[in-house]
Amino acid sequence: MFDPFSEDRVLRQFVTVTAKAAPMPAANIDTDQIIPARFLRRPRKEGYGDCLLYDARFDEAGRERPGHVLNQERYADAQILVTGRNFGSGSSREAAVYALADYGFRAVVAPSFGDIFFNNALINGFLPVRLPEEEVAEIVGVISSDAGDNTIRIDLEKLSLEAGGKTYRFHIDGLKRRCLLEGLDDIALTRTHTDEIEAFERRHFERMPWLDDRKRTAESQDPE
Amino acid sequence: MSQTLFEKVWSSHEILRTEGGDSLLYVDRHLVHEGSRTAIDKLDDNQLGVARRHQTFGTADHYVPTQGGLDSLAVDQRKMVETFDANMSRFGIEAWGLGTRRQGIVHVIGPELGLTLPGMVLVCGDSHTSTHGALGALAFGIGASEVAHVLATQAIWQRKPKAMRVSVNGRLAPGVFAKDVILAIIAKIGTGGATGHVIEYAGPVIEAMSIEERLTVCNMSIEAGARAGLVAPDETTFAYVRDRPFAPTGEMLEQAIAYWRSLRTDTDARFDAEITIDQELHAPMITWGTTPETAIPVDGTIPDPESAGSPERRDEWQRALDYMGLAAGERLQDVQIDQVFIGSCTNGRIEDLRAAAEVAKKGRARVPVLVSPGSMSVRAQAEAEGLDRIFREAGFEWRGAGCSMCVGMNGDLVGFQKRSVSTSNRNFVGRQGVGARTHLASPASAAASALCGHIADVRSLF
Repeated sequence: MFDPFSEDRVLRQFVTVTAKAAPMPAANIDTDQIIPARFLRRPRKEGYGDCLLYDARFDEAGRERPGHVLNQERYADAQILVTGRNFGSGSSREAAVYALADYGFRAVVAPSFGDIFFNNALINGFLPVRLPEEEVAEIVGVISSDAGDNTIRIDLEKLSLEAGGKTYRFHIDGLKRRCLLEGLDDIALTRTHTDEIEAFERRHFERMPWLDDRKRTAESQDPE
Repeated sequence: MSQTLFEKVWSSHEILRTEGGDSLLYVDRHLVHEGSRTAIDKLDDNQLGVARRHQTFGTADHYVPTQGGLDSLAVDQRKMVETFDANMSRFGIEAWGLGTRRQGIVHVIGPELGLTLPGMVLVCGDSHTSTHGALGALAFGIGASEVAHVLATQAIWQRKPKAMRVSVNGRLAPGVFAKDVILAIIAKIGTGGATGHVIEYAGPVIEAMSIEERLTVCNMSIEAGARAGLVAPDETTFAYVRDRPFAPTGEMLEQAIAYWRSLRTDTDARFDAEITIDQELHAPMITWGTTPETAIPVDGTIPDPESAGSPERRDEWQRALDYMGLAAGERLQDVQIDQVFIGSCTNGRIEDLRAAAEVAKKGRARVPVLVSPGSMSVRAQAEAEGLDRIFREAGFEWRGAGCSMCVGMNGDLVGFQKRSVSTSNRNFVGRQGVGARTHLASPASAAASALCGHIADVRSLF
């Protein structure tokens, strides 16, 4: 049995971050763009940071595209990404979150996210912040301006984001927020409900006995 | 209280709900593929086992070669397939690896084998899990950490999505297929139009559809951002499920059907959003851009970014046109293509192959065409019907089953700045290969384009 308060807790925990932010205002940055499929066979432990947005950051010969925001000196140490609507749509690949986190990002701010990406992010201690489109545009303006300071502060406890001297409010509900704040592991948490799961399962299979696969497989209905 | 179909399935699987509104849902079926590697590593790292191996089924699809066997793969691709086989046998999970007669794309074999049943909660670490909703199941894609969670607990934490109904009225014109219907829906509501929602597809067009057509529609729910898509089970569903290898039989089946009949949205149930489609189904649809919402009738012209409505949208459209190598005002049908892909979890079923073969009979391919049946069972059925012969005579390549050129993980790729007409589900930047230019269309439209060497209106061949 593993310990929900192990050292991984630090990796999963998110309370606040104060860091430089990079603007990438394009909409519909799907997970295929965040990490192209050809990198997914790499073992997780080798890290995915260098694959992040690979085909946008590098040309066919592997040279940096100077126009890409992440290739600009000013945003080199950014830990917060501010981007367009529908970020992380498409494929369920969790490697999209790994790539962002391994690269050094801790949070991404956008008007909307793909649902699966949103969940994947929260489980990995990586914060997706949803703000109205006008507010995101305003923040992009601040962090893009040569005169402006591109430091942003995000506080998950207060559900606030500070940028350009203004405070914005965001919302994340319930359990996922608690897991992030406390660095809890969701599997460990669920395992505290094992009795309820088993009791539910007994009632469920009484009501819908055709779903009880243990019976089916025991009868070996379909030997290959 | 009145409930939608989705709410009925949801509430019948709710183990508990926290005060904060998080539900722990029971998972009836969990399907896995080679991508389960990360989740299983997590189990190993934490010394956890698989809680309900009998409710878990696996198939190799994302990395399997469609010709040449395992030796044709690069070392690290091959390792994905081999690791999958090893993991499945280590945990005692029933699985179909490369070379077995039931191997295929996870979203094709689920319904085909009767693993997917009405009223179930089914999850899989793949966004196109929405496919299975065609049978009246609540089915959704999850990430690797959630796969590990389901393997370890047979349950999943979710916040209840909103309910959307998409009613499709009227009837399908000749040459218009299920793929055209879902592309028209996505074009109407947008790629993020159903984010946070579960879609119930309803109306006379959906009711008249076969299960395979409904699978195509539900498959692309995720391309509108939906958490899941489903269709109320009906006589068509019950007839489809009957006699599938893993479906209940005899008394048990009758008992199940009696329950499944109750899985309909109550007449006075409320949806959070209602969409109606009726004027949009007059022509085959095809995409011009880099999101599925850029679908337009195949006889149309490429729209002008100046008409996009906002400066941001204008820039998005222009970037898409630049990537696709197209210009506003061009007639889609004049666009020359380099290759065609027929297959995927969207359009790799027998009815799809029949529709493509019907067109293939009319001529010979002018560009390379790769046909990958969705499963080895589909492949066997197609060969029994002689479809493989029709394809070969038309110069189409007849391959093995897998995700293949939809995602290119096995090396079936579209070249740099090459243009494909594809029956798959995503035309994203780089999806079919670096710089690949993808036009999404139905199997009939894809086959017609293959014969013409340019984007084609299948109606012109009949």
